[in-house]
Amino acid sequence: MKNKALKQTPLLNQHKDLGAKLGPFGGWLMPIQYEGIIAEHIWTRQSASLFDICHMGEFLIHAEPKNIESDNIFTFRLSSMPLGSCKYGFMLNETGGIIDDLVAYRLETGKWMIVVNASTKDKDLLHISGNLSPEIIIEDISAKTAKLDLQGPLSGDIISQLAGEGIGGLKYYQCGNFILLNRNVIISRTGYTGELGFEIYADRQETADIWDIILADKRVKPAGLGARDTLRLEMCYPLYGQDIDDKTTPLEAGLEQFVDFKKDFIGKNALLKQREEGASKKIISFISDTRRSPRHGDKIYSEDKEVGFVASGSFSPSLGFGIGIGYVENGYDWIGAHISIRNERSELAAQITDRPFYRKGTARR
Amino acid sequence: MNVPEDLLYTKEHEWIKIDEKLATIGITDYAQHSLGDITFVQLPEAGADINKSAVLATVESVKAASDVYAPLTGKMTKINQDIVDSPELVNQSPYEKAWFVIIQVKDFAEKESLLNPSDYKKYLDELAK
Repeated sequence: MKNKALKQTPLLNQHKDLGAKLGPFGGWLMPIQYEGIIAEHIWTRQSASLFDICHMGEFLIHAEPKNIESDNIFTFRLSSMPLGSCKYGFMLNETGGIIDDLVAYRLETGKWMIVVNASTKDKDLLHISGNLSPEIIIEDISAKTAKLDLQGPLSGDIISQLAGEGIGGLKYYQCGNFILLNRNVIISRTGYTGELGFEIYADRQETADIWDIILADKRVKPAGLGARDTLRLEMCYPLYGQDIDDKTTPLEAGLEQFVDFKKDFIGKNALLKQREEGASKKIISFISDTRRSPRHGDKIYSEDKEVGFVASGSFSPSLGFGIGIGYVENGYDWIGAHISIRNERSELAAQITDRPFYRKGTARR
Repeated sequence: MNVPEDLLYTKEHEWIKIDEKLATIGITDYAQHSLGDITFVQLPEAGADINKSAVLATVESVKAASDVYAPLTGKMTKINQDIVDSPELVNQSPYEKAWFVIIQVKDFAEKESLLNPSDYKKYLDELAK
């Protein structure tokens, strides 16, 4: 796709001024890196980084709690979420494949925000509106909403100085309304890096002002989608379209904990059947013996048998060696197993390990 | 992008420094910048023969793996173990500390296919368009 056909974040000029390398992601022209992926990654783990995440989609759902109680869309119950809480989960198709992974925010008793991936936003909206009962209203607020992520061990101190001490009361996966630069914003204590962090949702017209005031704090540097990817991979957080998709179920992806089987949802029968019969593929995480990294699409071998494929792979800046996530046939997924990762150009030795790769994250502190 | 005047270049973004029968080979500032943080380098054995356009080395960055091709035919006389041990040198010092290999050149006629600094700069300008 030519860059011209890509959607633009409201911060494009800021990124250019900062010397960012720009690239396509999910139909958007986004900053991939500024100073360098490794430097941005390490800075996020040690101090704080600001990420432009305006490409992601946001929907509002307005509903009487009793009307949404019986929705068949989400793998968790919106109506039982405490006010001011966030919840991660899925929308599935009839075969249990993941249409998208998402985070829901309960903003008011009868109002939720659903945050979805950029590349799946339009199909998500069709799926939700097609399955909601008519008295429930869904509103796509993506075009007027900015999303900025502040992530890193110092982010709590930084955001408190800007949006008030009250934000210190937010626990992991809680959200609320705050005043930032005299504007109303939604802030949640969530993220995709494994570090203490906050996601800020504001009016799109205010994106640049918020971006600038946060970056005025010298403890904060901008970070791009490159570092976001290595940070999330060290935590084994799935990336939609790469680690999970509409042909992969939450059971295969090791994400069963985000599925409430006490509730009805599209795809539940397929999941129950798979739970009974066993999944044919299983997710694994593995580490390379060297600095050489596994890559998306590489094949996984156990001795001389091809048993699976690499979904995500990279060099781990925190650990100093290659790491990856992949899928293997059932029975080859035991922790400690030695595997080999192959492509046309190379073969590397790896070992299946438990997750996450990185264990010093501050997200839940 | 830094393009030193005393080197020759290829469109695959390698630089070549010719000193009598020896050629020192590395990747250019443009190459290291496009690759981003380099995390792994694989070099051939010293003593091996290599043909022009054969894979000389493999370079991995955080985001991708790519091959470096031999710009000339010859025999590998020396490899730079420092960049294997510290791949970040390729980003920090592409023309000085991070040379890849030195080869004894077999056929100097092949030199004609290399670009001089001003032609390489023109080529980079075209790429930027």
